[in-house]
Order: sequence, then structure tokens, then C-alpha cells
Amino acid sequence: MSGFFKSSIGRKVAMALSAFFLMFFLIIHLAVNITSLFSENLFNELSHFMGTNPLVQLVLQPVLIFGVVFHFVMGFILELKNKKAQGVAYARNNGAANSTWMSRNMIYSGLVILAFLVVHFADFWVHEINVKYINVQPEDPSRYYHELVEKFLPMWRVTAYVVAFILLGLHLAHGFTSAFQSMGSTAGRKATLQKLGKVYSIVIPLGFIVIALFHHFNH
Amino acid sequence: MNLTLKIWRQKDSNVRGQMVEYKVTDISEHMSFLEMMDVLNEQLVNAGDEPVAFDHDCREGICGMCSMYINGEAHGPDRGVTTCQLHMRMFNDGDTITIEPFRAAAFPVIKDLVVDRTAFERIQQAGGYISVNTSGNTQDANAIPISKHAADEAMDAATCIGCGACVATCKNSSAMLFVGAKVSQYALLPQGQIEAADRVRNMVAQMDLEGFGNCTNTGACEIECPKGISLDNIARMNRELMKASF
Repeated sequence: MSGFFKSSIGRKVAMALSAFFLMFFLIIHLAVNITSLFSENLFNELSHFMGTNPLVQLVLQPVLIFGVVFHFVMGFILELKNKKAQGVAYARNNGAANSTWMSRNMIYSGLVILAFLVVHFADFWVHEINVKYINVQPEDPSRYYHELVEKFLPMWRVTAYVVAFILLGLHLAHGFTSAFQSMGSTAGRKATLQKLGKVYSIVIPLGFIVIALFHHFNH
Repeated sequence: MNLTLKIWRQKDSNVRGQMVEYKVTDISEHMSFLEMMDVLNEQLVNAGDEPVAFDHDCREGICGMCSMYINGEAHGPDRGVTTCQLHMRMFNDGDTITIEPFRAAAFPVIKDLVVDRTAFERIQQAGGYISVNTSGNTQDANAIPISKHAADEAMDAATCIGCGACVATCKNSSAMLFVGAKVSQYALLPQGQIEAADRVRNMVAQMDLEGFGNCTNTGACEIECPKGISLDNIARMNRELMKASF
């Protein structure tokens, strides 16, 4: 079994498994955030639950951080190994003739998402850790909505979020079906998975974009 | 038609190569790409120059020897053909055509457009076969019932001619379409079941050892493959390896 994950196919499978986990997380994240569009109270309740529940905080959060770090580190390792496998570069290479831009540039869309995550962690996660564990503030279950709204007031941040989510959409447009292919998905499911992948890669980023724009223009 | 050719020239594997420009004239649109190369080489020989070395054998699209990267695509701009079956009607008078060897660290250039593809042979030797008793008591293969669907899929996988276009076109120089096809053609048939686990483990291990890259499912190999080998074979190989490992 350990030999499997050292093989090229094993590394692909590990990449796909971490991708599945992150794609599932995105659905949960969007489901919580979308409530901020129509109910301040519900958003606060859900955020408070996520921010204080021991299972979420002590088990799921570390697993999520591990999943994110693993996906990026493994992505870089695979990219370096693939670069090494290439040898001399072609003088003329017509990549667009046989593959999509998204599929050829996963490392670049991934890097933009990584840069976004640095900003995102600084915006929300570092703040959470600070008020909960370092400069401990009195518990206020209604603070989350206002913190969210405040973050989306500056235009530069909204623009950065929109750009990052467009890149996330492009990353997912290839990554969704690619993860299933790596897991050995059968030929019969290909068309359905491609349709699902298209829907997922549009709905998830669009949902986050709508949230950012909504709060920017309504407050 | 009159053409300008930019061709990779490299004396041997120890020296650096470079692109060199040539002119060819009066090329018929009915010629194959290799016949056009023959015209160039005759021209070079007559001028006392070294002809361009390139791989070729059957010139019927079935041996898998020809291997050029033409205008940025393995086997050129046509689909479902090898370089020998690529015709000059795909180009226009006055065109500049870039011709390079298949590139991959695992396919080192031997000379000009000739690359060493013996890595594929070593992968085949690692498990791309079935062991059959040939002492005289061999069972007739046709006595084993096989569904039409499985037989067709196995045959489709077996049409891989091992030319290496999949590796050449892959941005990661991955050999997974080739290995996937070779694993699949046996995995789909009852005769291949006995050695299935060892086969996929050994062939994938040899593929990794040869220094091929990791597949990122761009699908470029499937498009450029002259035999239309499907990406489904890579998925099947992944399943076979998971089955063999857990």
C-alpha cells in the first residue's frame, strides 16, 4: 500500500482524494456564506456554530488545513517531476490544438488560488484565531455578519476575490473531471461527470462572487 | 508547392542540436510527408551534405516507427494518422514547416529526428504479455467465451502501435496512454487475468523508472494518437493498479 502512493498513479490518486475533500468543503463553505444574502441571524448562528463547535474546530479544521497544504505541496511536487520528465522544450508547440487552457495551466490557476488563500486567511482565519485564543474578546455570537460586510467594503478586496474565484472556476473546470479520471472512473459516467463538472465549476465560484458583490454594493 | 523547412539537426546524443532552415521546391500535394523528406534528403546528398536522419519503416501507418513533431503537433496537423500517412495537401504553398524530434527526457535524441524509444520496450518486457504453455497442450483461445463488448475494447486498446506520440504531445511527457492501452488489452480478456496484478504493478514501476511524467488528464494524447486510443484506458490502468495494491 505504501508502494502505491509512491507510484505516479498513487500520487495522482492522492491528488484526486485531496481534491474531492476540498470540493466538498467548498460546497459547505458556500452553503453557509450564501445565508448572509438573506438572513443576518442565520449566518451568525451558522458561523457561531462553526467557530465554536469542538468537532469543527479541533478535528475538521486541522484536517482541512492539512488537505489544503497537501494539495498544494503535492501539486508542486508533481509539477517539478513533470518538468524534469520533459527534457528539451519544443521550438514550436501547439498545445491549443489538443487540450484546453485550463488543463495545461493548473499550476498557474493553483498559484492564484494560493495567493488568494493567503489574503483570505489573513482576512478571516487569523482574525478568528486572534479574538478566540490570543487577544481573547468576550464571546459575541452576532459579530460575524458585520465582520463579513466590513471586509467587502473596499473595492480592491472585492476585485481580488472576483479574480481569484474566476481562476478557481477555471481550476475546477478541469480539476473536477480530472479527479474522477484519476480515480479510475468508468467510461459510461464520462458524459454525466463532464456536465456535473461544468455546473460545479460555474455555480461554486459564481456563488462566492455574488456574495462579495452583494455586500459591497448593499452596504 | 514550395516550402521552407525548419528542421532540428543534432549530430548525436552528446552534442546540442539546433534548428536549420531548408528550402524544397516542386513538392506534390499527393506526396506523403516522408516522401517530401526524401526529396529534401536527395537534395542534400546531391549537394554533398548530410541527409536528415528520421525513423520510418512500413510507411503504411501500422509499424509505429515514424515520429516527427510537425508544426507543434505529434505526427502533424492531421488527425488519426502517423507522419507517413500525413499528406502534403495538409499544407499550403509558401508555408514554413517546423519539424522536431519527439521530446521527452525518456526519449533522448539519437540523431536529428531519431529518438530512442526503447523505454517502451522495457515497459512491455516488464509485463506486457501473457504466459502461455506452448508444449502442444495449448487450449484453443477461441474456446474461451468473451463478450463482444470486451473483445472490441481489448482490440481497440491493442491497436496502439507504440509510436510515442502520446508522450511527445503530453506537457508532462507522460506515457500513461501507452501503458494504459497495454495493460487494458490484457486486463479486458480472461487470458490476461492470471498475471493482471503483477502486470500492472511491474509495468507502472518500469514506466516510473524510465522517467516519464505524471498524467494530468489534459487529454492531448487521446487527440494526437494516430490510433485513437481512448483516455478510458488510463482510467482502467488506475483501477487495475488500485485493485492490485489494496
